[in-house]
Amino acid sequence: MELNSYEQQVFNHQRPEIEKFGKLNWFFTIFFLCWIAAGGYALYLQISRGHVVTGMRDNVVWGLFIVNFIFFIGLSYAGAIIAGVLHLLKVPWGKPIVRLAQMMTVISVVVGPVFILLCVGRFDRLHHLFIYPRIQSPMTWDVMAVVTFFAGGVLFLYLALIKDLAVYRDAKLDIPKWKQKLYKILAIGYRGAASQKRHLIISQNLLAIIMIPLSIIVASILSWIFGMTLRPGWHSTIFGPYFVMGALYSGCGVLIVAMWVYRRMYNLDSYITRKHFVNLGYVMMMLAAGYGYFTFSEYFTGWFGSAKWESEVINKLFNPAEYGWWTLFANTAGILLPILIVAIPATRKISLITIAAFIMVMALWVKRYLIIIPTLESPALPMQDTRMEYVKYTATWPEWTLTIAGVATFLLFFTLMAKFVTVVPVAGLEDPHLQHNNHHEPVAINEATQPA
Amino acid sequence: MKEQEEINNNGRRDFVKNVALATVVTATCGSLTCSCSTKKPAVSEKVKLLSPDGEIVEIDSVYLNHQEHMAIVSKLEAREGIAGKKFVMVVDLARCKNARKCISACQKWHYRPEETEWLTVKLLKDSEKAAPYWFPKQCFHCDNPPCVKVCPVDATFKRNDGLVLIDNERCIGCKFCMAACPYSTRVFNWAEPEMPLELRDLASNPETNIPARVGTVEKCDFCPDRAREGLLPPCVEACPNGVFYFGDENEDTVTNGEETLSFTQLIKDRAGYRFLEELGTKPRVYYLPPKDRQFPVERGYENLPDKLKARFKDIMEPAKKKS
Repeated sequence: MELNSYEQQVFNHQRPEIEKFGKLNWFFTIFFLCWIAAGGYALYLQISRGHVVTGMRDNVVWGLFIVNFIFFIGLSYAGAIIAGVLHLLKVPWGKPIVRLAQMMTVISVVVGPVFILLCVGRFDRLHHLFIYPRIQSPMTWDVMAVVTFFAGGVLFLYLALIKDLAVYRDAKLDIPKWKQKLYKILAIGYRGAASQKRHLIISQNLLAIIMIPLSIIVASILSWIFGMTLRPGWHSTIFGPYFVMGALYSGCGVLIVAMWVYRRMYNLDSYITRKHFVNLGYVMMMLAAGYGYFTFSEYFTGWFGSAKWESEVINKLFNPAEYGWWTLFANTAGILLPILIVAIPATRKISLITIAAFIMVMALWVKRYLIIIPTLESPALPMQDTRMEYVKYTATWPEWTLTIAGVATFLLFFTLMAKFVTVVPVAGLEDPHLQHNNHHEPVAINEATQPA
Repeated sequence: MKEQEEINNNGRRDFVKNVALATVVTATCGSLTCSCSTKKPAVSEKVKLLSPDGEIVEIDSVYLNHQEHMAIVSKLEAREGIAGKKFVMVVDLARCKNARKCISACQKWHYRPEETEWLTVKLLKDSEKAAPYWFPKQCFHCDNPPCVKVCPVDATFKRNDGLVLIDNERCIGCKFCMAACPYSTRVFNWAEPEMPLELRDLASNPETNIPARVGTVEKCDFCPDRAREGLLPPCVEACPNGVFYFGDENEDTVTNGEETLSFTQLIKDRAGYRFLEELGTKPRVYYLPPKDRQFPVERGYENLPDKLKARFKDIMEPAKKKS
């Protein structure tokens, strides 16, 4: 693979990261593995003793696990949409962050489904999903959706990687033989010939066109697991778009945080610039407004309509003795905060945007909790149960441990993947200085050239 | 095809005969052993039987004590239902005084522990000024069942005779049906369920749901295994006040064990209704409104143990203060 001088510069800058596995990398890897091991123990308990070790009971049949499932799988859909849009619209500043978005897609679509499997009482019967599938069930739709999306997401990342893999293969990197071999195999003989280039770009375009609607479909199907039931707080016509919006929004936040982390850790200041944070910040702000609009519509119609069953859920959400404070946190930190931080020029800084994004991501996790748990705690018939754990859901330590293990797996995959491929794509990356001359964006030039 | 059916029928007849014979044998042996010691013999006679799947199996005669919980039909037939039937239940709210005999009978029959109630009695109070009333609730066996719609593996299904049953050997335990059921009917085996030893190794059948399995969903099944033998569900039999009428919509008859009535006439005369009709689930259980009650609602509360009293305290105690 021939590289131009800018691409060579980008590659040389990141070369050490894929050649060496530093002390800090080892530290984090082992740290994450410890958590995953702890999660493994919790899982062992859950399998050997039954789901009785979780806080889930007959009323609240799903707990933290399904919250995590929605959360992670949402990140995945967001990654695919963001990467797809950046690719298709040929957004000039987008190239350096496309890979992060695609990595997020693949990693979360691996981690997310694990959590829905944790909700399943019989691991030994998972194959029943494939040998006795029942097409009427939204769960079956979701199985099909996630499997399709997984295939699409992996392919989407891989196609975008091929050029770079060829670069790594030809660069005579100081790496072990197996890794060299792996690059060679995965690069599938890409040499940058005109026909290869054409085929690659056509397949990438096609896949981007597929992945965007696919993400919307699968996010909607996820929402229908809840929306198709008759329960207040779930049985809502806007649940599909609501989940799509929530997925995109939280994914945008995680992408900003990931950008910040890699920028710091791998010294990518000259490639991931303030412009990326500000532009993604604008996207985040718009999504915040959209998400806020959906949330308001949900709460307002539920409250104003005042149907008995529906009101019960709304009351739980807004009662300070129940979930009131969490609702307040989820909606201020999850909606207002990012809007304010990005809207006010004085706070429109890399660090503040990142902090706002991080807090928003936490708040959106809480928001998912508030979508799932209060509804399950409000059955149509009064519970009239004296067993407290059946009336109110409290997550147990195995659930928390497995949740942390899931986050650790997510981060571990990121750590390892960034040791295998460069975080900023090398091949095809354009010099932003030249780019801006072509695109006539004087303001953007200033932003990009100013040290953040 | 016909030949095959005949063979099957013969096989089934033989099987039933064998079971009956074996039961007599075991009953005799059982009573003999019982008179000597209360313990079951560790090794006992093996009996050859034709299984529902058409295989000859050798079964320890100890198990035949409980032949009532051994399914008489194959799993395939258990999915079809009893031909010509359309089961229906009518619950007379005017007669219920929360005697809770139905609950204990149900739990005893299905070997469920005290806190696992397939059948529960709720105390409902529809609005602030409305009078509270006892509300026994089984599975409604809906004709448009939200639980069946969402099952990803067809483990819960709707039969021709109206019943909604669960195959607990197919259930993956995703609990989607529990989230979907608006009536909180279903229960989950969160831990290894306690079952008498001799029942643990029985082949489970949707008609019996015995033995219960960890990590699977279960619920009231209207006892189709008893219906096949012409018996009423234990809850119906156990109720001292004849609250439950069980029967067949096709025959237009329901009975509470004491009186047998026309289903349509009963619904017409007593203004029968279905709970939460507006959800569109079309339950197969009808309720007769608590008009001209036979017992004051307090009768079901006063003598309850404290643990049970606590369930209904919210509704019963403020009412007491007022009076």
